[in-house]
Amino acid sequence: MRWAAIVLAVAAVVAGCGGGDEQTAGQPARQPLVVSAAASLKDAFTSYGDSFPGADVKLSFAGSDELAAQIRQGVKPDVFAAANTKLPDELFAAGLVEKPTVFAGNELVIAVPASRAKIDSLDDLAAPGVKLAVGAKGVPVGDYTRKVLDALPAAQGKAILQNVRSSEPDVKGVVGKLTQGAVDAGFVYRSDVRAADDELKAITLPAALEPKVAYGAAVVKGAKHPEQARAFVRGLLDGAGAKALQAAGFLPPPAS
Amino acid sequence: MSAAWFRPLLATALAATLGFLALPVLAIFLDTAPADLLASLGDPASLDALRLSLQCTAIALAIIVVAGTPAAYLLATRRFRGRALVVTLIEVPLVLPPAVAGIGLLAALGPNGLLGDVVGDRLVLQTAGVVVALTFVAAPYHLRQAQAAFEALDPTWLDASRTLGASEARTFARVAIPAAASGLAAGLALAWGRALGEFGATLMFAGSFRGVTQTAPLAIYEQFSTDFTAALALSAVLVAISAALLLSVKLLGGAAR
Repeated sequence: MRWAAIVLAVAAVVAGCGGGDEQTAGQPARQPLVVSAAASLKDAFTSYGDSFPGADVKLSFAGSDELAAQIRQGVKPDVFAAANTKLPDELFAAGLVEKPTVFAGNELVIAVPASRAKIDSLDDLAAPGVKLAVGAKGVPVGDYTRKVLDALPAAQGKAILQNVRSSEPDVKGVVGKLTQGAVDAGFVYRSDVRAADDELKAITLPAALEPKVAYGAAVVKGAKHPEQARAFVRGLLDGAGAKALQAAGFLPPPAS
Repeated sequence: MSAAWFRPLLATALAATLGFLALPVLAIFLDTAPADLLASLGDPASLDALRLSLQCTAIALAIIVVAGTPAAYLLATRRFRGRALVVTLIEVPLVLPPAVAGIGLLAALGPNGLLGDVVGDRLVLQTAGVVVALTFVAAPYHLRQAQAAFEALDPTWLDASRTLGASEARTFARVAIPAAASGLAAGLALAWGRALGEFGATLMFAGSFRGVTQTAPLAIYEQFSTDFTAALALSAVLVAISAALLLSVKLLGGAAR
């Protein structure tokens, strides 16, 4: 009898939670729209998702390459948004997503802790004893970083790479190592520096070295809610999504 | 009270449990041809990660055994005020999510942490930091098991040893440890398995850098997106090592009985 009472109590609690989750104040249940997005899009997509009409947006943030690998393994979010155009293009070529849309740009910068910055310029990064965090190879921010280093004179690029102490699985990992004081500098996007409030300071890269950072999004083939997914991607170009991106410090999509 | 439906129900429950728990493990071995698995093990990044994992877990285990075994003996053989609190505090890391362990280590031993002025950046992003993270998450497994093993000893043995003139230290080394050996070994194997699998706290506290802080689980995570076969191969090796550890625990436990 006691067991029966416990089971009933648990069932009641579970049912209560479920009810509260799905319906708010008598509104009909909204469709969940699952969006897998690059870690750098966190603030912009969170605010866009909250205001997105017609669907309850569920966001999953990670390194774009991890999310793409999940899709290759058969995971089907409704929308995939990456911090480059290469990954959505590859998935499109593999027949896994619809034609991608380039929806935003960003700027790769050197970020340093605002309070005790040892680094003033790109040249300082090669000094012995400087500690750096970068994105891992294959993560968009890591690939942009390596592109910049490859464009430097070979000795300087090598010296900077030798100062790397951690290869992080996504850009927020680089931000974390910076805000915790574990490293002196790292390569992140300008929007990440803005998102870290006053904790980080951005050092602009020389214009000749700046990589073109373009974000691509695509509706995943076999998405459960393709119509809402397409509306979500459209809204990134003009509408609430574009506004949220702008507010978070993203640039308009670069001309290709 | 033995209803005809109960046994089939038990069997069904076991079959469902077994299928669910064994399938992902089997899939790691079945998803790719054995030849491909072997070939991708030659990947230098994988080998670096395995080597680092074995080194760091070995050092962490040595620390856990040397400090943890006497501590567990004290907890098992003495009653003192606040003992229950001490035991609980020691066990807390068992139930901490890895991310919480990582945050805790940063808040305590990071450059901006409580002891930041003392340790500076000698632990974060260093191999020593990996050892610290592994020791933190794995030690409670050994402590718990060792404490239980010492508590299970017949107190009259220890008393007899002391009555016969052996010092407390000698009693611990010559009587308690050999008598509790199988339990201690089981704790060690569990702690080793947990340390081998550590991921979140290591990434947050020690970062991920090949040859320095990138242990096998971190390498698997990095390879997952770029080279799924290599990630599977490294996973297979970890599964094999962990299964061997578990098996040795069972055998040791069996030998004790």
